[in-house]
Amino acid sequence: MDKRSEMHRRERRRYLIGYGGSLLLTISVFLAAFVFGIATKGVYLTIGLLGLAQLILQLVYFLHIDRRRSSREDLDLVLFSTLVLLIIIVGTIWIMGNLAVRMHTFPM
Amino acid sequence: MKRAPTHSYPGLNLGRRHPEADKASEVVTFGFWVFLMSDLVYFGLMFAIYITMIDAQAGGPGPHELFNLKSIFAQTLILLTSSLTVGLAMLALKYNLPRSRIVMWFGVTLVLGLSFLVLEMSDFMAMAEKGGIPQRSGFLSAFYGLVPLHGLHVAAGCIWLIVLGIQLRVFGLTDLLMSRVVRLALFWHFLDLIWIGIITIVYFGGLAYG
Amino acid sequence: MTIEYSGIFGRLSWESFPIAGLIQSPNANEIVANAAAAIVIVGAIAVIGLLTWFRLWGPLWRDWLTSADHKKIGIMYIVFAIVMLARGVLEGVVMRAQQAAGPGEGFLEAEHFAELFSTHGTIMIFFVAVPFVFGIANFLVPLMIGARDVAFPVMNQISLGLTVSAGMMLMVSLVVGEFSTGGWTAYPPYTGAAFNPGVGPDYWIWAIVVSGIGTTLTGINFAVTIYKLRAPGMTFMRLPMYCWTIICSSILIVFAMPPLGVAALMLAADRYLDFHFFTNDLGGNMMNYANLFWLFGHPEVYLLVLPAYGIYSEIFATFSAKRLYGYNSLVIATMSIAVMSFTVWLHHFFTMGQSALINAVFGIATMLIAIPTGVKVYDWMATLFRGRIRFSVPMLYGLAFLMLFVIGGLSGVLLANPTLDYQVHNTLFLVAHFHNVLLPGVLFGLLAGYNYWFPKAFGFRLNEAWGRLTVVLWTVGFMLTFLPLYFVGLMGMPRRSFSWEDPSFHPYMIVAALGSLVLLSALLAVVAQLWISIRDREKTRVPVGDPWDARTLEWSTPAPPPPYNFAIIPNVTERDDFAAAKERNEAYPQPEAYEDILLPRNTAIGFVLCVFSGVWMFALVWWIWWLAALMSVLIVVAFIAWTFQTDTEVVIPATEVRKQHEAWLEIVRNSDPVNRDHECAPENRGLARPDMEATT
Repeated sequence: MDKRSEMHRRERRRYLIGYGGSLLLTISVFLAAFVFGIATKGVYLTIGLLGLAQLILQLVYFLHIDRRRSSREDLDLVLFSTLVLLIIIVGTIWIMGNLAVRMHTFPM
Repeated sequence: MKRAPTHSYPGLNLGRRHPEADKASEVVTFGFWVFLMSDLVYFGLMFAIYITMIDAQAGGPGPHELFNLKSIFAQTLILLTSSLTVGLAMLALKYNLPRSRIVMWFGVTLVLGLSFLVLEMSDFMAMAEKGGIPQRSGFLSAFYGLVPLHGLHVAAGCIWLIVLGIQLRVFGLTDLLMSRVVRLALFWHFLDLIWIGIITIVYFGGLAYG
Repeated sequence: MTIEYSGIFGRLSWESFPIAGLIQSPNANEIVANAAAAIVIVGAIAVIGLLTWFRLWGPLWRDWLTSADHKKIGIMYIVFAIVMLARGVLEGVVMRAQQAAGPGEGFLEAEHFAELFSTHGTIMIFFVAVPFVFGIANFLVPLMIGARDVAFPVMNQISLGLTVSAGMMLMVSLVVGEFSTGGWTAYPPYTGAAFNPGVGPDYWIWAIVVSGIGTTLTGINFAVTIYKLRAPGMTFMRLPMYCWTIICSSILIVFAMPPLGVAALMLAADRYLDFHFFTNDLGGNMMNYANLFWLFGHPEVYLLVLPAYGIYSEIFATFSAKRLYGYNSLVIATMSIAVMSFTVWLHHFFTMGQSALINAVFGIATMLIAIPTGVKVYDWMATLFRGRIRFSVPMLYGLAFLMLFVIGGLSGVLLANPTLDYQVHNTLFLVAHFHNVLLPGVLFGLLAGYNYWFPKAFGFRLNEAWGRLTVVLWTVGFMLTFLPLYFVGLMGMPRRSFSWEDPSFHPYMIVAALGSLVLLSALLAVVAQLWISIRDREKTRVPVGDPWDARTLEWSTPAPPPPYNFAIIPNVTERDDFAAAKERNEAYPQPEAYEDILLPRNTAIGFVLCVFSGVWMFALVWWIWWLAALMSVLIVVAFIAWTFQTDTEVVIPATEVRKQHEAWLEIVRNSDPVNRDHECAPENRGLARPDMEATT
């Protein structure tokens, strides 16, 4: 019984860490936006990186994706999906951005 | 088939307390992961389209006139909290807490999900008052193609919460229902991940580049 | 046509039926349209009449429509695909006849011709190739990996229901209203509301969206089935080659169907809600559509052809009486093709206007795909090399494929060069190219598989002589029809033109039209082969289940296999386990004990969703909003109601399993093994004398 509540506490702590971390990241993102404005590239890059950090944080602490052996299958799936998604998204933006520049629909 | 020593499938799981349910969940949870990845491609494409159309405002209102960051902040906090509460429902299930505890966390999640939707709808209404309707420009079409798609997922999640709550009351904690709780939790966490993409790319990205 | 609108019937009116056009202006064009509508109606009445006459409604409902058995679902997919194939081939013949009529001649109107090539493409890809490929996969995959069913049997049934209801929309569009004239790719802004306010593009959109959902579910189902339900000992590197191709196909579906869904739904938003994704005005960008569509379109052709490669791999090995050459390289080639197919989509729109650098990158990526495909061709040839080859029907299809497919593949490498593509873009050269890959590649593969596994599914062999005739007719018909198109394409004839002026095209067009008649007779020969085989079935029964001395697990079961596939789940010890067991003389083991078997219970949810989604699509196409809303609610309610059903399995008691299995083992013991020279003779009861590999 003791061991069980111990594990329960540990798992709950994981969720709370994930929540606290996400909260911190969210607040700093919005703070950055309110304080510095988002017009500059540097600030937007920071916001983007913080968003990425939060994605990874939630994947690890909420969805329990990690590099342990038992999680490999899901990790493989997520990584492969990310690969395909990157090909699709980067390709689309590359192609359509290039078209837009060549057709003078917007300056890039 | 190789079986992992602690539980038969990775990620969110029911643990050793429920070996039978855990085993039965293995296949279906993996299938749900695959479905989520397919869904992720939907969202990924909508993000790509939004990025390519960020300048297609056709003289209509743009991000600076339309986006209300304070409301977005509130929605973000609400959705993040609901992701935690659905996780706590999961834990209550995993550690055999009374069924009422699961249903309670379900209830909290449902309230949070619904208030998220209400805030989002009022945002859309405020946007529409300023002329920000999807029929106005390509940019707004892309916006309304993406953000309400996420909202629709949240609404579906809310219906799922209600149906599953009822089923938990009717059937009790059967193996089948436990595995459905796992999938619902996965789905809900996934929606929060998408939302992070939306605030980063749609809202902040729109403000930075639109 | 002016659009009238009423609350109850939406924009549906008397004018929507083709018979109204015939009464107003009787001409050849209207006669063809009405004949097509009449075929659909007469066909439907005939089916209903026959079912009633032979009192088959009960068995149809109990044994087929509500069944969750993967074998039956697979067979239903294939029946559906063959019905749709008949329509697709007929449309091809009409199109070739129109183009053969001479410069400026012809009996069809431009609109009608455009409908024909749009439905032809849509049907052949989405409602022939996809259901045929996954029909065969449905039947085979669980048998090959030693499972009792797919991972999600009910979802499998729902997939079938959605595919069929979407296909029915194309049939309905013949009788009510008209289909899209925008080609199978339905590029906006031509298919947008501004240029095309009618119902045609809406039929296309909803058929694509609904069948796309069905196909996505199928993809998920098969990926999970192969990943999770393999028999003990069936490691990945022991999987039959066919299963490898299906797992790659499934992955392609999971990631490639969403772009199609996104594109079609955005087009729907443009048409129904006045969005501006692809319109000419207010910031819309139709090139986004081209990009999205081919993000789907290119993986799509590989998801069709990979399973055909898998079928050929099994057939070449069996009918050469050899183990498949270069298994590892074939696996790697299959995986590489699957991944690389996501990196080449731009070659479908080299001429859209992006920079030369982008064109070059995608051109090179396209050429690279030819490498793993070439590896496969060499592996197959090496499998044949010094084999004890039998020229039976599947093998003949395979040989025709090997020779013709290489031509098609090489013309693809030509097209991958952007500079050349600029010259032949949108000409019949392209049409010749993709028919050259899709017919010998996909269709021949599917027909080969149909001939090869038919005895497994129904317990008797198909007629060999008629089968050979079909091979000859398909091959000759294909060459006559499509090889001339390479030449007229190079001469500059645009595709999809209902009329042309240059007299030098004429001889080629006549040859192509004759070829299309040969293709039509090939289709009739397939039907005749089936008819004759059913008539003579007593002479060709193979109850033991292994008529071809084949190598993989599915042949170790009775023909037809019992609902539970395997009385005892096999324990796999090596690749081609069944072939090895036959060599060791341990092929039909006597089980020590039997166990109760759980099978999915029959359910009507697939059929219900099929009907509801069909009505839903029809209501949306015709703007009957109340009906569309009602159906949306009913679909959700039906689904939720289904989730309340908890008693989803039936038990087959061990005694029953024992009885059936012992009876079959008795047949095995009492059958005389036949050697390969008597494979097509009546004494082949499905028990092989495994003397081949030993002697070579």
